[in-house]
Amino acid sequence: MLADKDRIFRNIYGFHDSGLKGAIRRGAWDGTKLLIDKGHDWIINEVKASGLRGRGGAGFPTGLKWSFMPKADARPSYLVINADESEPGSCKDREILRHDAHLLIEGALIASYAMRAHTSYIYVRGEYIREREALQRAIDEAYAAKLIGKGNVHGWDFDCFVHHGAGAYICGEETALLESLEGKKGQPRLKPPFPANVGLYGAPTTINNVESIAVVPDILRRGATWFASLGKPNNTGTKLFQISGHVEKPCVVEEEMGIPLRELLERHCGGVRGGWDNLLAVIPGGSSVPLVPAHMCDDLGMDFDSLSKVKSGLGTAAIIVMDKSADPIKAIARISYFYKHESCGQCTPCREGTGWMWRVLERMAEGRAEKREIDLLFEVSKQVEGHTICALGDAAAWPVQGLIRHFRPLIEERIDQYARSHQQAAE
Amino acid sequence: MFLSKLTSNHMPKQLIIDGQSIEVEDGTTLLQACEQAGAEIPRFCYHERLSIAGNCRMCLVEVEGSPKPIASCAMGVNDLPPNRDGSPKKISTKSAVVKKAREGVMEFLLINHPLDCPICDQGGECDLQDQAMAFGIGGSRYQENKRAVEEKNIGPLIKTMMTRCIHCTRCVRYMTEVAGVEELGLIGRGEDAEITTYLEKGILSEMSANVIDLCPVGALTHRPWAHNARPWEMKKTETIDVMDALGSAIRVDARGPEVMRILPRNNDAVNEEWISDKTRHVADGLRTQRLDQPYVRKDGRLVPATWDEALAVAAAALKTADRHRIGAIAGDLAGAEEMFALKSLFTGLGSSNIDCRQAGEALDPSLGRASYLFNTTIEGIEQADAIMIIGSNPRIEAPVLNARIRKRWRLGGLLVGVIGEKADLGYAYNHLGTGSEALEQFVAHGPIQKQRPMFIVGLGATARPDGAAVLAMAAKAALSMGVVTDGWNGFSVLHTAAARVAGLDLGFVPGPGGKTAAAMVKAGGMDVLYNLGADEIEIAPGAFVIYQGSHGDAGAHRADVILPGAAYTEKSATYVNTEGRAQMTAKAAFAPGMAKDDWSIIRALSGVIGQPLPFDSLSGLRAAMYKSAPVLSRLDQIDPAPAAAIEELAKRGGAVTGGVFLPAIGDFYLTNPISRASAVMAELSALKSIAAKGPGLRAAE
Repeated sequence: MLADKDRIFRNIYGFHDSGLKGAIRRGAWDGTKLLIDKGHDWIINEVKASGLRGRGGAGFPTGLKWSFMPKADARPSYLVINADESEPGSCKDREILRHDAHLLIEGALIASYAMRAHTSYIYVRGEYIREREALQRAIDEAYAAKLIGKGNVHGWDFDCFVHHGAGAYICGEETALLESLEGKKGQPRLKPPFPANVGLYGAPTTINNVESIAVVPDILRRGATWFASLGKPNNTGTKLFQISGHVEKPCVVEEEMGIPLRELLERHCGGVRGGWDNLLAVIPGGSSVPLVPAHMCDDLGMDFDSLSKVKSGLGTAAIIVMDKSADPIKAIARISYFYKHESCGQCTPCREGTGWMWRVLERMAEGRAEKREIDLLFEVSKQVEGHTICALGDAAAWPVQGLIRHFRPLIEERIDQYARSHQQAAE
Repeated sequence: MFLSKLTSNHMPKQLIIDGQSIEVEDGTTLLQACEQAGAEIPRFCYHERLSIAGNCRMCLVEVEGSPKPIASCAMGVNDLPPNRDGSPKKISTKSAVVKKAREGVMEFLLINHPLDCPICDQGGECDLQDQAMAFGIGGSRYQENKRAVEEKNIGPLIKTMMTRCIHCTRCVRYMTEVAGVEELGLIGRGEDAEITTYLEKGILSEMSANVIDLCPVGALTHRPWAHNARPWEMKKTETIDVMDALGSAIRVDARGPEVMRILPRNNDAVNEEWISDKTRHVADGLRTQRLDQPYVRKDGRLVPATWDEALAVAAAALKTADRHRIGAIAGDLAGAEEMFALKSLFTGLGSSNIDCRQAGEALDPSLGRASYLFNTTIEGIEQADAIMIIGSNPRIEAPVLNARIRKRWRLGGLLVGVIGEKADLGYAYNHLGTGSEALEQFVAHGPIQKQRPMFIVGLGATARPDGAAVLAMAAKAALSMGVVTDGWNGFSVLHTAAARVAGLDLGFVPGPGGKTAAAMVKAGGMDVLYNLGADEIEIAPGAFVIYQGSHGDAGAHRADVILPGAAYTEKSATYVNTEGRAQMTAKAAFAPGMAKDDWSIIRALSGVIGQPLPFDSLSGLRAAMYKSAPVLSRLDQIDPAPAAAIEELAKRGGAVTGGVFLPAIGDFYLTNPISRASAVMAELSALKSIAAKGPGLRAAE
């Protein structure tokens, strides 16, 4: 279990003053100038050494990403922070925005400095109104205290702007976010060119998740070795886990990477409703990752590599717990509806495939389908996966694949049941 | 040094495509590379002349080392990381993975497509149909209900059936990028995404109908000829357009005697693959108001006559009149052949009263060709870095040429100035003034800091009483500003009539002591006037008028004898476009009724007069014509005209009376007899005038 001394988010529950004074008391903005004075490359190398992997879902090494930014370019560089937390199940960034925003702003300053950017945009999800207000308050405080802005005490001119999205899931995809930020319709861009080459307004841009940025000041203050000593190799540090669904006490909690799922649920959430044996499945990383059935959960570690071994993923570490009262087919059908609703409509497989999958799943949830359609559905999901511009096609396909992989007998049984109950009518 | 050369991006890239080693240029896309290797890559959203969208996902190919298939249209070969060992990347366009991916995308495209091919006008020339046959699977596995999308009313030219739309966004990109009107867009999201005009407005562009050719399915089809013909029923004839002075390459599709539709052909030097809405939809004008038999005016009324009667009346009039009191005017659609025949006839009759400049443009062919040609050439616009437009609205006078200017402008670094009407041209420009006063300040301007500056001089500057002086002033300014240098002639005259340059090349202008068109049509100007399709000039009462033309328009109403000729789709005739490019039309259909080829009418008349012209076949006529004007024989070529003519032009002085340069064309849709006979053009014209009054066109009404 993560010791209190190793916590990065010391006010994640908002028990303390989330204003500047409180944040400083908890250690934020402490020695920021000293960190900056160590230079651009030191910061990037330190982040690399810490093993920090992006907290937005894909788990790409953050330090490596920063190193892609050009060192000398006539164009300005930008840091864009993705606070468009829209993945169903995810609710960590909002806690940071509300209660620990100063960690984010300090991180934004340091990361911008490391990437030679003077401007940072924080793209906040449309539904996060109070969160935006809290963030704006914190930014205003930082400006007033000359911590950021032109001619600030840290000697690196830095402006931080909050942009409020309009509530489209797709705008959380990094290039769609850039389009939206530029005032266009949120549709993902083709890659290459990657944002580090051609990003916001055609300038080099790095897009990071809120949590990835907010942990940076503490990593630098305490040292990369401290962060790397937490968790497992290649899956280092602490992570905000968000547990929802059929547990006694759903919560957001900072824990060490790699913590066993069972320990996480039982220690922080009061366990699965009705006991561990009542567990049906979990979706371990937000709605887009394939579910993991109970029998694989017993000694499941919550980190990138362990979860990819069970053909799922850590994603945003938004754990959706389903006990045996849940209907997994219905649940995945609902998730499918979400992806159908949020598809941007740009490329063919996702635009057409998400609707198809949802419609078949809706029938399967009733049992009003044929068994051969299970294979069809799997094939359709494979036709969507990997054939689209952005990862939303994959995100829509994976939950369906997970369901079929693990609950095929249930689907078949449902179909048989429906056929039996409708036999008479058919005759 | 050697190493840096090796690692530089700017070198041919080696690829192995389907086992075949190929070297492609730096900067090509993977799709182009595959095509160079002879592989066929299906595509819907990709189009050579539009930006890359990469959204249809049909062009997926397998690239060695990439876990996912890659959309080849959007992947530059430069962006392909080399293999670890430095060996060329292997690309497969025929592997099982690619086949599966294509079948998958094709299936997705078809699940919500209505498959109503039997009643769809695109049937037979539909990319979706063809590619479904080539790359799809036989049946459908989709059991759910199909999506239906509400029809959009986007004007009288484009019929929509949006249920068929596959969201390739070619039309959106075309309208935004090429036509320069941001009137189409994709609204909504996911399955509910729809292509529409915002607020159901009709499209107001002179080049809107090109989206129909771009649409790979039957979502956008031609409204005027909807459900009239199938592509395989029609005879296709490749020919040249005469609606403006560009000579756009077109294909005329005819069923029997009837021209059903006109489509663009590719000609990179002229129209790329675009044509204006007028060029395309004037087709119905070829069917109505046709002169299909000769008429003679008797007792103030035009009555049908036989050819013999009509020719006899015309010959008698020409023979009996004083040779200084007979004249000929050639109109905007006349072919070089008939103008040559008419000039020969009048020379034989001893008259020098001939003129092909019915608009009154003060262009003098005796100075040399460079004084009246679009010397830069249309393709040359893409090299220009500054353009001054003088007395012209290219968007109306030559929409396709204007699209070329816009194409250049979109690349950046183009400075545009306009003297004349302040109109929406589709690109930003500095409005330098409205008339000759603004032009005058450039006469002694001195060289500008541009490599390839260009002047576009339009009819608004030359077709006025002091046109010669204005033209000389423009030439002076051009020479002063460095528009004409060694290897670059930026002095360009933009014509509006297809016939004009050939007329000037043939010297169809008043000879010594001869009268101009404007002088001839004045009251008492002439006793007998031969009007070869000049319908835009008003002939005062008094003169006996012989009208030869294809349509019953203003000229025919004023005529005393009508000799029915052929329209441009019904004859083989030579036209020289504004650049000086001679091109020949082809006969796509026969002229209606008793109407005849125009040159043969004049030849027949010469016989009746008793002074037969020395040719009795088209080839004989052409041989004589080429002797007199050799440039006409070099079809599809451009001979750069010596720039000395512009210096000569600049030496001409004359008093400039001042005043604004008026628009040369009032109504884009009604510029010639054929377009005035077209119901479609009339409707567009009406819509445009309504739109000019109100804030937006309500196409639905």
